[in-house]
Amino acid sequence: QSTQGRGVPPYCQQRASIRFKTTLMNTLMDVLRHRPGWVEVKDEGEWDFYWCDVSWLRENFDHTYMGEHVRISHFRNHYELTRKNYMVKNLKRFRKQMEREAGKLEAAKCDFFPKTFEMPCEYHLFVEEFRKNPGITWIMKPVARSQGKGIFLFRRLKDIMDWKKGTAGKKLTSLEAQPARNTVNPSGSHDTRSSDDQKDEIPVENYVAQRYIENPYLIGGRKFDLRVYVLVMSYIPLRAWLYRDGFARFSNTRFTLNSIDDQYVHLTNVAVQKTSPDYHPKKGCKWMLQRFRQYLASKHGPEAVETLFSDMDNIFIRSLQSVQKVIISDKHCFELYGYDILIDQDLKPWLLEVNASPSLTASSQEDYELKTCLLEDTLHVVDMEARLTGREKRVGGFDLMWNDGPVSREEGGPDPSGMGNFVTNTHLGISSNKKKKPCQLHR
Amino acid sequence: MLQEESDLSLIIAQIVQKLKGSNLYAQLERQAWASLQRPEIKLESLKEDIKEFFKISGWEKKLQNAVYSELSVFPLPSHPAAPPEHLKEPLVYMRKAQGSWEKRILKSLNSMCTELSIPLARKRPVGEQKELLNKWNEMGTDEPDLSLFRPVYAPKDFLEVLINLRNPNYENGDSLSFRTHLGLIQVPLKVKDIPELKEFFVELGLTSGQLGIDDSTQVPPELFENEHVRIGQKVLTEQDSAAAQQYVRQGSPTALRAELWALILNISSHPEDILYYEQLKTNVIQHDLLVDSLIYKDVKLTASNDDYYFVFEDYLYQVLLCFSRDTSVLSHFAYNSASPPKSYIRGKLGLEEYAVFYPPNGVIPFHGFSMYVAPLCFLYHEPSKLYQIFREMYVRFFFRLHSISSHPSGIVSLCLLFETLLQTYLPQLFYHLREIGAQPLRISFKWMVRAFSGYLATDQLLLLWDRILGYNSLEILAVLAAAVFAFRAVNLMEVTSLAAAEAVLADLSTLKVMPLLQIFLFATVT
Repeated sequence: QSTQGRGVPPYCQQRASIRFKTTLMNTLMDVLRHRPGWVEVKDEGEWDFYWCDVSWLRENFDHTYMGEHVRISHFRNHYELTRKNYMVKNLKRFRKQMEREAGKLEAAKCDFFPKTFEMPCEYHLFVEEFRKNPGITWIMKPVARSQGKGIFLFRRLKDIMDWKKGTAGKKLTSLEAQPARNTVNPSGSHDTRSSDDQKDEIPVENYVAQRYIENPYLIGGRKFDLRVYVLVMSYIPLRAWLYRDGFARFSNTRFTLNSIDDQYVHLTNVAVQKTSPDYHPKKGCKWMLQRFRQYLASKHGPEAVETLFSDMDNIFIRSLQSVQKVIISDKHCFELYGYDILIDQDLKPWLLEVNASPSLTASSQEDYELKTCLLEDTLHVVDMEARLTGREKRVGGFDLMWNDGPVSREEGGPDPSGMGNFVTNTHLGISSNKKKKPCQLHR
Repeated sequence: MLQEESDLSLIIAQIVQKLKGSNLYAQLERQAWASLQRPEIKLESLKEDIKEFFKISGWEKKLQNAVYSELSVFPLPSHPAAPPEHLKEPLVYMRKAQGSWEKRILKSLNSMCTELSIPLARKRPVGEQKELLNKWNEMGTDEPDLSLFRPVYAPKDFLEVLINLRNPNYENGDSLSFRTHLGLIQVPLKVKDIPELKEFFVELGLTSGQLGIDDSTQVPPELFENEHVRIGQKVLTEQDSAAAQQYVRQGSPTALRAELWALILNISSHPEDILYYEQLKTNVIQHDLLVDSLIYKDVKLTASNDDYYFVFEDYLYQVLLCFSRDTSVLSHFAYNSASPPKSYIRGKLGLEEYAVFYPPNGVIPFHGFSMYVAPLCFLYHEPSKLYQIFREMYVRFFFRLHSISSHPSGIVSLCLLFETLLQTYLPQLFYHLREIGAQPLRISFKWMVRAFSGYLATDQLLLLWDRILGYNSLEILAVLAAAVFAFRAVNLMEVTSLAAAEAVLADLSTLKVMPLLQIFLFATVT
């Protein structure tokens, strides 16, 4: 048992100094060290703020007492959103609920993720879908790995035979022999402990098989995806902020469906691209979102771009709503998610995945500045210094996107009728002009 | 008056002559013939009726645009008895300097050729042709060994030539006076001062709305932006070149820019244009030129390393390789002080019948040349349209940035304008920089030669190029360069070396072009 922040009178909101802890040695460390009044604690010292990694969380969260003011950078069961198989399950469930409550049109707004099947347990459902659509390309992704590791594309069932022969396949064969075992709790959440038990029997990795988007939007003949940052301060009620900056990550090589083995063509993570033979570090392969937004506006006009960006807002909000009831909304927790979005040629955005620990290492000077500002503004929103009034709609580069309900760009409350010119308070890809107005109040 | 009238009729005659050979003329003829079928065309009033028909159907507007286009490019009226060299460049010493600079470049190219024993041109074997055709859309993936190639020249080499330019008829004497020009350029050309620039750039004044200032997020769009966009759409519907040119002086909305520039440059994509581009592409496939390697090298060194333009690498090859084979570009040498280099078929040196222009378009690329194309990739995505726009931009504007001439938009005048503005309005700064061995032109030259491409953020660059098109002049480049120095003057006053001055001015990517220009021209006490 360890206790954090004990022995401090609860009325003492303004703290003399804020003790922080983190294991990350990158931009985050720079930002934390330069923040006035913040001191680093190491090892076993007491802390008020911990930017932890997920493994620490898994092992220690449940036995750590945290005082009222203490903040930690992850939600206990964030994997409901960030593990690909759980996210898909939660989204599917949410969609069904939408259809029951609000009809098919509303439910269709949840159609922003490509058809996905969990492997190995949904293997048979997958094969059914596979056979209905011969010739299309599928992508196999491990649920819990990052940076593009373990991902491959396939078009024939033969191609996944090798994978079947590997450890995952062994589990499949054993599953095929047993009746299906349910690891899902009645509330809909997933119990990691029971799946860990299963893990002990046969060490296996879960995958998802997802329909590959074959018509991605290309710029300069290259495929790219968008990295967008969403900060969630609480799930109940849902309070989420959208960061104005982000970037588009390009693959180094031209897109073609001919070479599905060439992961450098299809996978756009910077980590993968860095190992490509074409990669030149000076090149970077990122465009800031502002540049991307301007490029699209000059090609398709401002209205099409507005539509695209509001479709993306829809993705962020609905994905968070789908896990709202299952995530343990601890008031000490906040989380900065990195959303990966893919745009197709019809300018429809697709959700690829949500990252609980988006990379905070900078790949270039511009990237360093982006991440520094992102982290500084995150800390402003977390507000350990108790300076915000709580009525802000904008803090630095963050816009309040959802506050237990939609937040309007205009002054005054949101339009209750749901019609009219409601425009969400988001400004993705529009510059911040930080120096001028760091906070904007709403009445 | 009489002189003006005869000048005018001379110009009209020349324009008519030029347009008679154009596609537009053939189309107008066809339209005129076809219109005879129409009921409103009567034999008694044939001429007026056809004219009326042209007016209504929009053909008159097309003709107007074509004439306007010719006028924009046409050299200033000259004496009917003037020899053609005067059209290129009236001053003898400038012509001579350009001639010897060209000899140097050609010598450099030829020696590279002999050193590497690569022919200037060779026909590709069939296998290679097939391969190139397959890779046409991704030539950037090719990694040929370019280590032995060097760019033929870099902007700083060109600057040295300009520094040594002298007018043999001009003697300023050894004594310094307040009229002595302290900069690097020592030729007596007339350049505008700030009052004249204020008049010339009147639409950039403080009382007019500007895109780049009045469209920022703090300003409500009802004040300027909405109305400006509406007018832009109207201009596009009317398809009027002259109106478009006037319009973009206040900046072009992002969504309308591609069409507006095409209208100003009088580019429309007819099937013939697409066919012409395809033909150039075939030329590229069939023959390999030495300049191709120079182009490759340039793209790899500059655009591919740029944070934003790397994405368009393939388009750059598709445009520049075709450009070097385009003989229609040769016609611009009539008003360019430069002349296309001539090469002779082996063994026939000096025999005019065996002379060819090399490269076919007469333009030898230098280090940074590909940056003229890169920003255009933001606007145009169809290769033949992108190509046409670039070609027109080159023969109207960019060629002046690397040839020695006395034209007010020529690089020599721009350099002199920059230095004069700085010396006149920021004398303390100018003197300080000169004292520490950091002549301002040494830093700003590369910005102007590249028209700021690669130095400014793309959206700012496009706002700047809007004004180049709007005013049909490159003088704004010199004004912006001076404005940048004015903006960073405080830091520059503290530096003590050229390297430190370069460092202060190394990063222009955060600058907002329009406020800088407005402050320098209209809000500084002179």
